[in-house]
Amino acid sequence: MGAGLADPVARLTSRSEPSAPPLEPVAGWGRHPVVPGRVERPEHLALPDGFEPLVPRGLGRAYGDAAVPARPGGRVVESTRADRIRHFDPATGRLHCEAGLSLAEILRVFVPRGWFPPVTPGTKFVTVGACVACDVHGKNHHLDGSFGNFVERLTLLSADGRLVECGPAHERELFLATVGGMGLTGLIVEVVLRLRRIETPWIVLETQGMGSLEAMLEGLQLSAPDWPYTVGWVDCLARGRNVGRGILMRGRHASLAEAGTRRARTPRRVRVPFDAPEWLLNPLFMRWFNGFYAWTHGRTLRRRVVSFDRFFYPLDAITDWNRLYGPRGLLQYQCVVPRAAGSPPISDLLERLAAAGAASFLAVIKDCGPGSEAYLSFPLEGTTLALDVPYRGAPTERLLHDLNAIVLAHGGRVYLAKDAITRPDEFARMMPRLGEWQAVRDRWDPARRFRSGLSVRLLGDPA
Amino acid sequence: MKVAFVGATRGMGRALARRLAERGEAVFLLGRDPREMDLSARDLESRGAAGPVGHASLDLAQPERFAEALDAADRALSRMDTLVVTGGAFDSQDDLAKDPARLAALLHANFTGTVLLCQQAAERLAARGGGLICAFSSVAGDRARRSNYLYGASKAGLSAFLDGLDLTYRNRGVPVLCVKPGFVRTAMTAGLPVPPFAGEPDAVARDVVRAMDAHRHVVYAPSVWRWIMLVIRVLPRAVLRRVQF
Repeated sequence: MGAGLADPVARLTSRSEPSAPPLEPVAGWGRHPVVPGRVERPEHLALPDGFEPLVPRGLGRAYGDAAVPARPGGRVVESTRADRIRHFDPATGRLHCEAGLSLAEILRVFVPRGWFPPVTPGTKFVTVGACVACDVHGKNHHLDGSFGNFVERLTLLSADGRLVECGPAHERELFLATVGGMGLTGLIVEVVLRLRRIETPWIVLETQGMGSLEAMLEGLQLSAPDWPYTVGWVDCLARGRNVGRGILMRGRHASLAEAGTRRARTPRRVRVPFDAPEWLLNPLFMRWFNGFYAWTHGRTLRRRVVSFDRFFYPLDAITDWNRLYGPRGLLQYQCVVPRAAGSPPISDLLERLAAAGAASFLAVIKDCGPGSEAYLSFPLEGTTLALDVPYRGAPTERLLHDLNAIVLAHGGRVYLAKDAITRPDEFARMMPRLGEWQAVRDRWDPARRFRSGLSVRLLGDPA
Repeated sequence: MKVAFVGATRGMGRALARRLAERGEAVFLLGRDPREMDLSARDLESRGAAGPVGHASLDLAQPERFAEALDAADRALSRMDTLVVTGGAFDSQDDLAKDPARLAALLHANFTGTVLLCQQAAERLAARGGGLICAFSSVAGDRARRSNYLYGASKAGLSAFLDGLDLTYRNRGVPVLCVKPGFVRTAMTAGLPVPPFAGEPDAVARDVVRAMDAHRHVVYAPSVWRWIMLVIRVLPRAVLRRVQF
């Protein structure tokens, strides 16, 4: 085969490729922090030569520093080009794929054939590997739990370069450490998961205006048994007796009869072409936006049939929507507090936020079902609240630490896929099983080959 | 369609093969690396290709074995009716200029090999009543530039050939599509500075499928490159010499 050339690209480029890719700015979706890194995007996931630390990365939708290199110039292995489907069983919905396959691809390929991701976060532009690493949850958490519940097997490249398989029954500890493990136990190479059967691509959606936080929480709870998908949008700027007012949304996959003769269309996408000026997100505008949102709906119960894109991924219609928050980026804050604590911590959080005048478009509220056994998995049985705050330096960080204090006081925790500012002491108190996780990591990666901005910040890894 | 596909395992070829598989076309892979082809075959089957996706060995540097490869595709597809060639070589101008062996290998794959394969396939398809040929050239072949004229020359030759092939065989029922991608973000272009108007493989694949269906003879992808190249082609030589380009 000396002169073999049918696939000469591989041969030629692998020979001429410099040992490290050029530097490029690497950041999470919140665009804070930004760290220069050397990003590889291989079509075959492999560990780079040498022992340099690296951070696995998917489509970069984690908001903070989860997929940002531990130090400037650090290595990043992006999985997005390793996206082949290894096998799909149409009888059971079992999908075996490479870790870089995105939910958007899964939806594109499998929705027309009657299958849906078992759990989906608020964007479809995430890789399956990242869904595992963050153990993502969705609007169906109260019934189905998080993504890891639907994973049958993982293949990891461990720090010593070995391919290791793990699952709920096999190498269980490694599995429990990898689900929600933020990519710090090894490079997730392949995933086997179960998709969900659907009759149509449509969603039956009911929305109802809610006048208070209590009404919202009660609405979520009452809807939980009958509706697989529930969520609330909360007006972040309402205060006093209006705290927590917003819109309750509940949905389920439509049957053929309900969908009727609707034809699916590719959703149109618009792009935010440049960073918005910071004055755009001023408290007045946000108050107007939030108020407008609540006002246009009113208290009536409305029912209609919408596309799954509209229901699950409203923000995906706006490419680069994070640029709306201006050049300094945004922080996303998501926490969960146990059900036992009731509504007070949530109203405290909302009050604190409104008092700070920190503009946020909307907050998302959701009741979570029982947590997962995975050591660092985020959801626990209770109420979760997620909101965006434009990053304006130290005051923003102070505000979020105040929110953390409220969450900690009630035994809650924050979601690492969104986090950029939590401190190690706060984190240790939030995660009762951190010790177990660390023991597994010590066994599989004693030298901390897998390292990220997040692991340096929260786990004391060397940069 | 019953498509014999050279280069379906990587980059734009991977994206295009997927688009074809997803709408239920039959696909047969030709290439050098059986393991890679096996992985892509399973991917394409999972995405809805008609029937099992097989593969056979084809090396653009070994024209004497092309007939064998096309026979294998004919057998597996019970007569292929479409040939797609996205495979080709790419290398940096500096490396090519320094190393005659690498330059020869690149010219041989991109021009000689691809020409011999398409010519043979066109004759085969025309003899049995018709079909379609689609091969990937490049905007780099539209006008020579200091920064990549060696690669560009291989693609300029290929574009000229495909143009002529279309003139000759379209009347015999075999339209020929010459695809001219602009800068597309793939593993092939990793590490190169990304110019404005860079495209994504999947968007290219969508445009190419549309052009194949419409029996076009040339398509730029992303389509804006048609206008960019129009301008670049008419730039006076004096300007080209002065700008670092």
